[in-house]
Amino acid sequence: MSATRAGSRRLHSKLHYRLQRYAVEAACMVLGFVIFVWSLTPIYNMWLIALDSHESIFSGSLYPMAPTLEAFRVVIYQDFWYLARFWHQFGNSFIVGLSVTFLTLLIGSLASFTIGRMRLRQGWLLTNAALMTYVIPASFLAIPMYRIMGIYDLSNHLSSVILALTTFATPYAIFIFSQYGKSIPMELDESARIDGANPMQVYLRIYLPLMAPALVAVGTYALLLAWNEYLYNFLLLSTPQSMTVAVALAQFLNSDESPWNFMMATAIIYSIPPILLYYGFRRYMAAGLTMGGVKG
Amino acid sequence: MSTTQQAVAIGRGLIGRRPVRRGWFGGVHGADYVWAIAFALPYAAIFLAFVVYPICFGIWMGSSLALYQELFSDPRYLMTVANTLIYVGIGVNLKLFVAFLLTGFFIRKSWWTKALLVVFILPWATPALPAYISIHWFLSGTWGLLNSALYDMFNIDGPIYLNDRWMGLSANIGAYIWKTLPFWTVILLAGRMSVPQELYEAAAVDGATGLRRFKHVTLPLMANLYLVCTLLDMVFALGDFNSTFFVSGGGPAMSTEVLATLGIRYAFTLGVPNLGVATVMSALPVLLPLVILLMRKLRMSEGQL
Repeated sequence: MSATRAGSRRLHSKLHYRLQRYAVEAACMVLGFVIFVWSLTPIYNMWLIALDSHESIFSGSLYPMAPTLEAFRVVIYQDFWYLARFWHQFGNSFIVGLSVTFLTLLIGSLASFTIGRMRLRQGWLLTNAALMTYVIPASFLAIPMYRIMGIYDLSNHLSSVILALTTFATPYAIFIFSQYGKSIPMELDESARIDGANPMQVYLRIYLPLMAPALVAVGTYALLLAWNEYLYNFLLLSTPQSMTVAVALAQFLNSDESPWNFMMATAIIYSIPPILLYYGFRRYMAAGLTMGGVKG
Repeated sequence: MSTTQQAVAIGRGLIGRRPVRRGWFGGVHGADYVWAIAFALPYAAIFLAFVVYPICFGIWMGSSLALYQELFSDPRYLMTVANTLIYVGIGVNLKLFVAFLLTGFFIRKSWWTKALLVVFILPWATPALPAYISIHWFLSGTWGLLNSALYDMFNIDGPIYLNDRWMGLSANIGAYIWKTLPFWTVILLAGRMSVPQELYEAAAVDGATGLRRFKHVTLPLMANLYLVCTLLDMVFALGDFNSTFFVSGGGPAMSTEVLATLGIRYAFTLGVPNLGVATVMSALPVLLPLVILLMRKLRMSEGQL
């Protein structure tokens, strides 16, 4: 009698436990669905507008009524006066992105080499300079920077944006490189020194190759930073010759009669390189991400 | 060094000093010293030319007291200050709180949570400009996706969101959260995953499970990381230009501007650059303590960088 009661109680608690697990699992599913919708809605919206033809955009449907790639064709063949120089501007965006990446890696790795490996006595000055730059919002420096680029005679020249963005990306590079560099044994440097290598050779043959994962992470970061940036592009590059896609995209907003499907197609094409890059190097990004984030 | 180690380094702050590490043969001398200087030179040059000089230039531009009198008598400025405080206060704290809660979700080891994390990162990888423009049209009153969905599913005529100060401001904050939530979730997740398993085991032996384990093990270890993230993101949010500029455009009637956009508006739309600089400079009393606190926290968490 009592045995069956105990058995039924055990069965009961087992059932209870199982029910609880199902409830947790179901709640997680619901949360997962909410996260899914939240993350994808604006991106879905981009495609929705880009795939519609110009007339049916304003119909307000939830899915493309008559999906067409017309807008993408127009962008790719530069078949609209706002987009007349699209590929040129795309090239400019690439030049800016790649130059910022290259300079950030170069300057950042050199500085971190002096601070972390050679242990220059005045290294703390550089460290503090980097920390300070990292925590000053870039947009707060935009107005004086605009004036100064005029003084340096760099206005409407891609190098103005490249230099400004490199300035804001390098501190993060110095951080990550210094952190990562600690995992490379100092004995390697010392044995190279005993073999007669000068600092330049140590930097090129030992430091850089061993830093490869950090270089990839920071390089991706720098390119994303350049690709996300609008304000400096807008202030410093205003001629059609020097404009980047970010500025061209924002120009669409100036007119009320703009073809939004063309704009969204442009936006999607513009988004593809950083997304590919990010997902391609996601494994490496994790190495550098935690240190403190990316300057917005 | 792995993600997790770094996160722990931040999380723990300065527990146990790292032994002092030697440099090359106890210091740099002679020709090496020249090399060291040469290597440091590019960054020093860029810092002087594009950080120190603009800061000094800005201080000079915004040094007249009359500018601040003009600023404080402008009702738009006062509204902007209120907006900025709301933007930073809610945009940062709500996001980090949600991010922290989400780490509890993403730390689960089922295959679909991992797959979802890949989708969840997408807003972060999407460039800011296309994302914000899309959100702007999503909220458009007459034919935006949101109102179309409301009408189709519930037969409700949604409001014109960006025609109202509070809804516009909420939209800007929401867009900022949308874009940056994945990033901070990943950081906090890395921090949480790096809490040593032994600690949990020890806690379990002492009888702490479930909520207690969370309160007495996870929370104390995460506190410092959470604080650093909050401070850092406050600085980022304070300087965020894109979200306000592209989602609400500062409208209606400049009622949703924040300091970063108002400064640019004064300088380039109204053509008074000095007033623009003064607008930004007026954030210094808040920004400076933040920056000093952050510099200390970041340096501490790194030992000697």
